[in-house]
Amino acid sequence: MTETVPSLIPKSEPIDYSSTNNESQPLLTIRDLRVHFYTLRGTVYALEGVNLDVQKEETMGIVGETGCGKSITARAVLRLIDPPGKIVSGTVEFDGQELLNLHPKEMRRIRGKRISMIMQEPRMSLNPVIRVGNQVAETLLIHESDLSPSAARKKAEEMLQSVGIPDAGKMSKRYPHELSGGMAQRVMIAMMLVTRPKLLIADEPTSALDVTIQAQIIDLMNDLVHELQSSVMMISHDLGVVAETCDRVAVMYAGSVVEQGRVEDVLHNPRHPYTKGLLRTLPDNASENEDLYSIKGNVPSLFMPQQQCRFAPRCEFSQERCFQEIPGSYQVGNNHSAACFLHENGI
Amino acid sequence: MSSVDSNPSSLLEVKDLHVYFPIRGGVMRRQLHTVKAVSGVSLNLAQGEVLGLVGESGCGKTTLGRALVGLAPMTSGRVFFNAKELHHKNGKSSNHAMKMQLIFQDPYSSLHPRKQVRDLVGEGLLINGLARVEELDEKVLDILEKVGLGVDHLYRYPHEFSGGQRQRISLARALILKPELIILDEPTSALDVSVQAQILNMLKGLQKEYNLTYLFISHDLSVVRYMSRRIGVMYLGNLVEIGPTRSVFENPKHPYTHSLLSALPSIKKGKRKERMILKGDPPTPIDPPPGCPFADRCSNTQEKCRIEKPVLEPLKKESSQLVACFFQNENVL
Repeated sequence: MTETVPSLIPKSEPIDYSSTNNESQPLLTIRDLRVHFYTLRGTVYALEGVNLDVQKEETMGIVGETGCGKSITARAVLRLIDPPGKIVSGTVEFDGQELLNLHPKEMRRIRGKRISMIMQEPRMSLNPVIRVGNQVAETLLIHESDLSPSAARKKAEEMLQSVGIPDAGKMSKRYPHELSGGMAQRVMIAMMLVTRPKLLIADEPTSALDVTIQAQIIDLMNDLVHELQSSVMMISHDLGVVAETCDRVAVMYAGSVVEQGRVEDVLHNPRHPYTKGLLRTLPDNASENEDLYSIKGNVPSLFMPQQQCRFAPRCEFSQERCFQEIPGSYQVGNNHSAACFLHENGI
Repeated sequence: MSSVDSNPSSLLEVKDLHVYFPIRGGVMRRQLHTVKAVSGVSLNLAQGEVLGLVGESGCGKTTLGRALVGLAPMTSGRVFFNAKELHHKNGKSSNHAMKMQLIFQDPYSSLHPRKQVRDLVGEGLLINGLARVEELDEKVLDILEKVGLGVDHLYRYPHEFSGGQRQRISLARALILKPELIILDEPTSALDVSVQAQILNMLKGLQKEYNLTYLFISHDLSVVRYMSRRIGVMYLGNLVEIGPTRSVFENPKHPYTHSLLSALPSIKKGKRKERMILKGDPPTPIDPPPGCPFADRCSNTQEKCRIEKPVLEPLKKESSQLVACFFQNENVL
C-alpha cells in the first residue's frame, strides 16, 4: 500500500457494533463477547471482544486454527463455559432475548429446545448405557411436557428414519457402541433437530468422520436445516467444508473475529492478511514443485490481554500502529468486514 | 535369501502381502473370525520416490505401513527391501530396520514423556552402536538443525513443545539413522493447516536433499496430491487403484476412487455441487465376502463382482495406472 494521497481519501470509521442495527433483525447477535479463564498459571484471555451475527435461515461458518476461540464462542452462546472460565462481558442476543443474564432455569429451556449443539465426536457425546432411540425420545420428553413416553418414542423413531437410519425401529434399540461413527452422528443430528430448534450449533460435526461419510452427513444437515428453516453456526477448521455448506463465514484468530463476510467473498477475495495467509497454506492451491506458503512465527500467547493486533507480529504488512492499538472492523465490501488498519481507507 | 525373485530397480517391493488378525473367543480360545486388515497388496517403490497411500479409516493403510517395519505380523506374502527379503520373526527385525523408519500420526503419544530430546533422538544411535555417549550431543544437534530445531531444545522434554515441533523431533529421530525409506503415517493430520504447511515443506526439502523414499500414508487427498508423484488408493485391505498422481486425480478409473474424489470438500468447487455420494458405511474387514471389496457400495455392481475378486491390472498396455475393476474401461461416471 502506498501512502501517496493519504489526506484526500476520507478515513472510514470502524464499524460501530454498539449502535443498533436497523436492518433485518439477526437471529443471533454477539457483541463484544469476552471470555477469560482464570488458571493457576494466570489469566487466559481466550475471547477478546467477539462480534458476530447469525441471520435467520443462514448457515454461518466459523473457521480458525486450534485455540483461536471458535469452540469457546459456541459454548459461550449456550453459557456452557465451566470454571475456571468466565464470560466477563458482552451480550448474546438470541431472537430478541438476552441470554447472558437469563436465569439458569430459563437457560435450560433454551438449550436443546431452541438452540441445539452437535459435538465433534458423536460417540463421546451419546450416553453409552441408554438405547439411542430413548436418548432421542428423552430430549422430547424434557422439552415437551405434554408428550407421553410412547408418543415420544414413536416420534423419535420417525426422526431417526428421517436422518437416514435404515430400519429405524430396530436401530433405535441399539446402544451407541453398536453404531458406526457416521450412524452415531446421524443419531446426534436426530436428537438435536427433533425439537425443531431455531439455531443449530455444529462444532466440527464431521471432523471425526471419513470423507465419504462426511459428504453424507453434510448433505443430510443441509437438507434438514433447510426443511426446518433453522439457522446454523458451523464451526470447522476445514475451509473446504465451510465453502460447501455456509452462506457466510467468520475467520477467527487468537480470540477475535478478524474477517467476516459471504463465503465467496472471504474465500476468493480475502482482505485480512491472516485469511490470505491461511488460504495460501492449503495444499489444494499449490503446484507440486513449489513450496507451500507458511505464515511465519507462532500463535501468540493468550496470557496477555489484547492491546494490539494479535496478528501483527506475524503479519507482512504490520506497521508501528498495529503494535499499539487494537484495530476495529472496517467495511471492505458489501457485507464484508476485516479487522485491519490496512482497510481504514476503505479499499 | 531369494533375491532372484525381486525387481532390482526398486527399493521396496511388496508381493501379495496379507495381514490377518484372529478374533478368538469361547472356552478354548478358538479362532472365530479373521480380520483381514490387508488382503493381498503388491506394490513397488523406486529409490527416491514418494508414493502416497490414501483410503478411509479401517482400509488397512496403517497396518500395511506397520507390517513393513515389522510392527504387525505378516500372514503371508513377501517383502523385498534393497533386493533382500525381509523376515520379521519373533519380534526380532533384521538390520534393515535401521534403513526403514516409521513416523507416527500422533506426535503427542509417540514420544516418551520423560526423556529429553537429546535422548529421544540419540537413542537409535546408541542402540545400534553408531555413536558413543560423548559424541551424542553433537550428532543430535546436527540433525535437530536439519529439522529446524536448535541447541536450546536439546535438553527439553516433549511436553514443552507444540505439535508441529514434536513432529519435527519424531522426524529427527528417524533421520539420525540415515534411513533410505521413511514410512509417514498421517504425519500432519494432528496439526493445524499453517503448521502442516511448514512440516510438508520440510519433508519435501529433506526428501530432495537426501534422495529419500517416502511411503506417505494419509486420508487427506490434497496433502497426498501435493506430496507424491504416485498414489495408491486402498479399500478394505485391497489396493484398488495405483498410478501417477495426476492421472489418478484427473482420470480416476475405479468407482471408489471416483467417489472419494468427489466427496472431497474443496474451497474451489463452491457450494452444493453435484456429488456422487456413496451410500452406507464401509463394510468391516471381519470375514469379508468373496468378490470385489467395493461390490456392496458400487453403483455398477454386476454378478461377476460378487463372485470373483478383480486383480490390479494396467489400464491399457504399458500404462502406469493400475486398476482393480472388471469394468475399468467402461464409463462409470
